[in-house]
Amino acid sequence: MSVTTHVPSEKLSVKKITANNTFFRVSRYVAVRLLTLFITVVIGIYLTIMIANMGGYVDQIIKGQIRDTVTQSIAGNPSALQMDPEVRKKLIEEKIALEEKRRGLDTPIAVRNARYLVNALQLDLGRAINMTSDAGSKQVRLIILERLPATLLLMGTSQLFLFFSSVFIALTLSRSYGNFWDKLVIALSPTSAVPPWFYGIFLILIFAAGLKVLPFGGMVDSPPPSNTFDYAVSVLKHLALPGFSLVLSSFFLSVYNYRTFFLIYSSEDYVDMAKAKGLPSRDIERTYILRPTLPNIITNFSLLIIGLWTGALFTESVFLWPGLGRTLFQAIGLYDVPIIVGSTIIYAYMLALTVFLLDFVYALVDPRVKIGE
Amino acid sequence: MLYPSAVVGVLVIIVLVVVAIYTMITIPYSTAITLWRGGEAVWYQNPRFAPPAWVNLFSSKKYSESFAVSTSDGVIPKTVTPGSDGVATAEMAYEFDFNYDYYPQEMLIYFTSKYKEKQPFVSIELLTPDNRTIRIANFAIGNKFTYRFSQDEKLRTKLRTDAAILALFSLPDTDSPLKGKYKLIITGTTFEPDSTMEAEFVFHGQVYGLAGTDHARRDLTLPLLWGVPVALAFGLLASIGTSVLTMIIAAIGAWYAGWVDELIQRITEINLVLPFLAILIMIGTFYSRSIWVILGATILLSIFTGAIKAYRAVFIQVKESMYIEAAKAYGASSSRIIFLYLIPRMIPLLIPSLVQSVPAFVFLEASLAVIGLGDPVLPTWGKIIQDANSNGALYKGYYYWVLEPAVLLMITGLGFAVLGFALDRIFNPRLRDV
Repeated sequence: MSVTTHVPSEKLSVKKITANNTFFRVSRYVAVRLLTLFITVVIGIYLTIMIANMGGYVDQIIKGQIRDTVTQSIAGNPSALQMDPEVRKKLIEEKIALEEKRRGLDTPIAVRNARYLVNALQLDLGRAINMTSDAGSKQVRLIILERLPATLLLMGTSQLFLFFSSVFIALTLSRSYGNFWDKLVIALSPTSAVPPWFYGIFLILIFAAGLKVLPFGGMVDSPPPSNTFDYAVSVLKHLALPGFSLVLSSFFLSVYNYRTFFLIYSSEDYVDMAKAKGLPSRDIERTYILRPTLPNIITNFSLLIIGLWTGALFTESVFLWPGLGRTLFQAIGLYDVPIIVGSTIIYAYMLALTVFLLDFVYALVDPRVKIGE
Repeated sequence: MLYPSAVVGVLVIIVLVVVAIYTMITIPYSTAITLWRGGEAVWYQNPRFAPPAWVNLFSSKKYSESFAVSTSDGVIPKTVTPGSDGVATAEMAYEFDFNYDYYPQEMLIYFTSKYKEKQPFVSIELLTPDNRTIRIANFAIGNKFTYRFSQDEKLRTKLRTDAAILALFSLPDTDSPLKGKYKLIITGTTFEPDSTMEAEFVFHGQVYGLAGTDHARRDLTLPLLWGVPVALAFGLLASIGTSVLTMIIAAIGAWYAGWVDELIQRITEINLVLPFLAILIMIGTFYSRSIWVILGATILLSIFTGAIKAYRAVFIQVKESMYIEAAKAYGASSSRIIFLYLIPRMIPLLIPSLVQSVPAFVFLEASLAVIGLGDPVLPTWGKIIQDANSNGALYKGYYYWVLEPAVLLMITGLGFAVLGFALDRIFNPRLRDV
């Protein structure tokens, strides 16, 4: 009796020790990983802030603008015309100093960068310098939030369609490789060397300029239709060309890559074994091919999700799509540093978070992977 | 021919290289820049927004072609008949065919003359195919004088129309062009013994040359030709710079391990956080749009990417090979091992990826140019597309303007991409069978 009770308790204690070990190992790993990722993000964002300020060059531009607008506004003020030139000059200087103080231009750039970094890291994105949201706000957060739906709509539809269709088609192709369609995909895969905006120009040429069936750019008709259904139809029409050009430019390469990847995995011995057992090809695909490739597919998918955030800068610019990519481009043109940094910080956080979470996801889907080893 | 696509790619690249060399020899850099930046003074002979002349091959209705002729180069014959008291009459006549269905944009005559006190006097006439003689104008000319047919108020009144050029090339009171031989007759009278005059007749048609013209009358063959060396230089330098530096840094990291490797890894992670395009655009906007600065920034930002991790993984495997062991045993230095033993092993991996990355850089240069961050002096394909876009070429139907550079970019990009893919399958046979 004593022997039989003794054995389980020993087993239990062994289990406890391994459980403790696992806990320590994982938590130490988590701590180290989070710290390194955080440092990475901090350095990345600081570099962006430095480049966005161009070592004070942007300050010069902004100071020049302030001087210009203040002088103009006083020169245009009839009551200022009566003033003594000396007094007026003093007034201008005072106003400029006030405005510079308001924008924080009176502190040294290193201090400002550091303050900016701390605020940015706390996701306090601050106020834009020149840009406003369509609702009139200067809050960077609001500007970004306002443009986000447009980007998510464009990138979301195109990238999700691209992902699912290419995985599905790649699976089908890998089953019957070497046939006509497979060769066609291989032959067409170099077309992905051409960026989406470039296909965009051709699509505009064909569908907007030539056939006149789809609009040249923008997101809705102007004026926007009042009823919801018409509005949705109008948006879909505007979405068609940029969406299609985004899909077209990566489609064949994406299918080709997944197909090659699946083929490598389907030449494993255990797949041959499953085939020899006479399992249906659907089961083979699901259990023997998709399962082991899951970590890579998840990686691709999560990178895709992060990519949604940045938008497609050139494509949005060519199609005048009011998304984040185009906003970023406009912000750069207007020297609007807070918006540039704001969009970078969101991207950096998303990337760091994804990289961090992926480790755990790998461990979940692949029993061979152990965290922190 | 196991890889016909590779052959096609190689042919495309050879043609591009030949064109690039030809361009740089026939139109030297400085000439290209002065021409590209030249205004009306350089390009006054060309029409604006003119499609290339070969569109006539595909159109049943013919567009009028442009030409420019002058007395100084002898194309317009000039016969001078001296009279008494130093007065001389110069007869200048030029006969030209007009067999088109579309009227020219504009006709101009540029006069230059030399005189001391009395200005020379000219009269212009046009002889039509049905033997009508239309008196165009009579006027005195200074040292330099430009006569524009469409802007002459008197001529318009005389022809009873707002569009003088239309009326000149039509039968009276119709809208259809009268085809046939026209003769422009300029009669000049000089009143001093040493007084001379020259005339240049410029005919702005609807089509021009091999590639057409843009909004500033510039001949598009110039930027199309110069785009070749620029695109090749940018694409090749960026891809070679990036791949070779990535490889060397990955090899160094893998070889020395320890903190060197750790540092490279961290830099790579930070670089992944940085927004590549945004930084390039910021450099272009705030700092310099010179193609060399952009090239340098592109290479710097492209070194520490995912590729460095992939190369490092392979280098770490190769590092354990017997031959490296042997090299260590005979006392080879670290740099010798890295550059003579580690890196050459990776050349099969390097070459396909190098070739494949060229199109991305070629298009990057074009993309930056399209959003207005192209090199301010160089004529490039991206600049043509940007000019076309900002002048609404697609809306207004100047398709040739966008299509010509776009097709060239496409051919260049696909040439390298096709070759790169083929090389990848040749060098990495694991993929060849599947």
